[in-house]
Amino acid sequence: MSGPSTYVPANGFTRWLDSRLPILRLMNDTMTSFPTPRNLNFWYTFGGILTFCLAVQIVTGIVLAMHYVPNDKMAFDSVENIMRDVNYGWLLRYVHANGASMFFLAVYIHMFRGLYYGSYKAPREVLWILGVVIYLLMMATGFLGYVLPWGQMSFWGATVITNFFSAIPVVGESVTHWLWGGFAVGDPTLNRFFSLHYLLPFVIAGVVGLHIWALHVPGNNNPLGIDVKGPQDTVPFHPFYTAKDAFYLVLFAILFAGLVFYSPNFVGEVDNYTPANPLVTPEHIVPEWYYLPFYAMLRSVPDKLLGVLTMFGAIAILFFAPWLDTSKVRSARFRPLLKPAFWLLVADCLILGYVGKNKPDAMLLSTGIPLLWIGRIGTLYYYGYFLVLLPILGLIETPKPLPESIAKAVGDKSHAAE
Amino acid sequence: MASTISAEPTRRDFLYVATGAAGAVGAALAAWPFIDQMNPTSAVLALSSIEVDLSPVQEGQQIVVMWRSKPVFVRRRSKKEIAEVRSVPLSDLIDPLARNANLAETAPATDENREVKPEWLVVVGICTHLGCIPLFNQGNFGGYLCPCHGSQYDAAGRVRKGPAPENLYVPPYAFLNDTKIKIG
Amino acid sequence: MKLALRIAAPLAALLVATPAFAAGEDLTKAIPPKEEHWSFQGPFGMYDKAELQRGFQVYKEVCSACHSLNRVKFYTLADEGGPGFTPAEAKAIAAGYQIEAEPNDKGELFDANGERLKRPGILADHFPAPFPNEQAARAANGGAAPPDLSLIAKAREDGPNYIHSLLTGFGQPVPAGYKLPEGKYYNPYFPGRAISMPPPLTEGAVTYADGTKATVDQMSTDVTNFLMWAAEPKLEERHRLGFGVMAFLLVLAGLCYLSYRRVWKDTAH
Repeated sequence: MSGPSTYVPANGFTRWLDSRLPILRLMNDTMTSFPTPRNLNFWYTFGGILTFCLAVQIVTGIVLAMHYVPNDKMAFDSVENIMRDVNYGWLLRYVHANGASMFFLAVYIHMFRGLYYGSYKAPREVLWILGVVIYLLMMATGFLGYVLPWGQMSFWGATVITNFFSAIPVVGESVTHWLWGGFAVGDPTLNRFFSLHYLLPFVIAGVVGLHIWALHVPGNNNPLGIDVKGPQDTVPFHPFYTAKDAFYLVLFAILFAGLVFYSPNFVGEVDNYTPANPLVTPEHIVPEWYYLPFYAMLRSVPDKLLGVLTMFGAIAILFFAPWLDTSKVRSARFRPLLKPAFWLLVADCLILGYVGKNKPDAMLLSTGIPLLWIGRIGTLYYYGYFLVLLPILGLIETPKPLPESIAKAVGDKSHAAE
Repeated sequence: MASTISAEPTRRDFLYVATGAAGAVGAALAAWPFIDQMNPTSAVLALSSIEVDLSPVQEGQQIVVMWRSKPVFVRRRSKKEIAEVRSVPLSDLIDPLARNANLAETAPATDENREVKPEWLVVVGICTHLGCIPLFNQGNFGGYLCPCHGSQYDAAGRVRKGPAPENLYVPPYAFLNDTKIKIG
Repeated sequence: MKLALRIAAPLAALLVATPAFAAGEDLTKAIPPKEEHWSFQGPFGMYDKAELQRGFQVYKEVCSACHSLNRVKFYTLADEGGPGFTPAEAKAIAAGYQIEAEPNDKGELFDANGERLKRPGILADHFPAPFPNEQAARAANGGAAPPDLSLIAKAREDGPNYIHSLLTGFGQPVPAGYKLPEGKYYNPYFPGRAISMPPPLTEGAVTYADGTKATVDQMSTDVTNFLMWAAEPKLEERHRLGFGVMAFLLVLAGLCYLSYRRVWKDTAH
């Protein structure tokens, strides 16, 4: 933690406990007295929101597993029984299914916020890398979970995604057979996917613990991207950020509830309400929306192996962002060249998502421009942002002058008087 | 630091208490679906009462039907069996209570209190000792013998020899017509 | 050349006043379903019990000849948020169906004539399927197995509108240049526009007990409502609970906002 502990046990019992298991001290130092920059804005509330999402997914998942049957003959039926017969089963399942989307929505905002304010830069490289690990685990968990209802999109999504591994030279086929436990996606696959889908969220929770630990060593970055100079720049986490996080968490919950209660199948695919059929491929296989940009990148490369590498590379490249960025300034607020490049990256990811959603031979609206080419340009820009723009812009741009301190920048009158 | 940051709320502040209370109430209400989901599903409840056709059962025979995942003996007793169990004085019984869900808990274990119609004995086929399933028409009392620990029941399903402490339970049931009963 | 066509064709389509009938219309592509208003739409949407009961009658007397409804159990007919039958009515409906019986005392599933033994349905049973298995369904219907209808309203894009458009979309003239395969029916709302199902609804195919006139459009509307309920039986419960949750969250958001402002009142940030 930054700075010595401020915890003072209040009574005899807490003193006794503190000398044996200083858990109250830990909680106090991380969640109560933790000095947090006073200028964190709305975009910094998503860390707390993500913790909430993980908790919701784990709790609803545990109770859904009480009714779900991981068997290729019974999985679809068991999900429908949850929807129809289990008390509040429809609610639990819709929360879990839409919870995945809300989780990814929050994590994307969280990641883009990190990219914008330079939160990945020294001394927070490990914090960022742990975040990317969490994101990777989330992608794996989300994919495994989407297979479980054993509808058409589950089955064919699993077939397409596991076939990525067949692109590996020499051992590709053996690897896919090993993944499937057979010669195609089938009952053994479903069973192991269920086991892993149950396991991975707890691994995520563990890495989240490390992520928060790594956050509390250097402390939060902030929208100005400048270091905390002293106590005048910070406020204790509680009640300042507990109150702020709580308010935005409730707003997030309203959006979440709106989806669950009024449009529960909005993010789903209709084909997944048809039981898996290994003899019939749906007309148009699409992954869940949160994978679409990567799906577009995969399809933008005509070669199988290169396509898979391009897709995985797009995530792998995030690990190196701390060292690809050469700028001495963290926040894009003070980086006139990076700022537009960043917003172009955001737009690029949305465009890639649109490309991934459409059929591979589709045209842009009715202009006759093939989406394939838009996907290719989008893929190039995505890689270009990390491999070209981050290293070069840091060297050539002239940052705007940085404020002297957070307290000065926010115009704290009480300090001005001191 | 402490001197400048003075927004630490007072515990009595009504707004904070109200916010915290609302949050706590919400969390408590949200817990209910997670608890209720473990209760029997509507599919299970739809099978909580069953109808049994008595017409194929001959005198001296019994059928076993499943009700709420438990075996229920439906036995058509002969006149001789009825006369036999009705001649047993209550003082000979180990369990003096009828254990009939259709009657008051204190009803005595006379044979009349064990059936709705004298000809038909309907009991849950689970030994009241440790849950084994008694065998039909075995033992010395013209009723049932539990293979696990040797408890014996008469043709009214009343325990006559230990270690079972209680008579076989009579489930709630009613005659819909002469040949059909509804259990549960 | 090819690229030029790619750009020219949609441009030409844009120039024509009614794009749907433009020369370049792809006759193998389904046209989008007609937009209807449904009582279950919107945050306060509920089912119309009379529509559901009539729709059930249409399913029972027309659709069920070929289509199963495997996931709908009879007791749900009396559930809250459903067609509003009484438990006794639901029981009578169940008893009106013959369900494949469990093995009898001798372990037999078939009688002396080789007929499958049956028993009257009970509340816990689901609607019996018209065909014993998919192969039989396929063989009896010219190679196209009629899909189970339990989830059809959720398993098709824009489900309710699609079902209603499809059911009322028969009998349109086959456009010139469209080759209708042998034994198929032209229906512009069906993918590929050639459907194996013959027009299922004809004027007066059922006689409604409540005196509603059984037009094709009416029967289609009713059965669409019924199928939506079959696919989403908890919709009313969802909308009702959703209202309570939303109201609570809005109040909580207000309180949280005030607390948040109060906490930060004297702190510049």
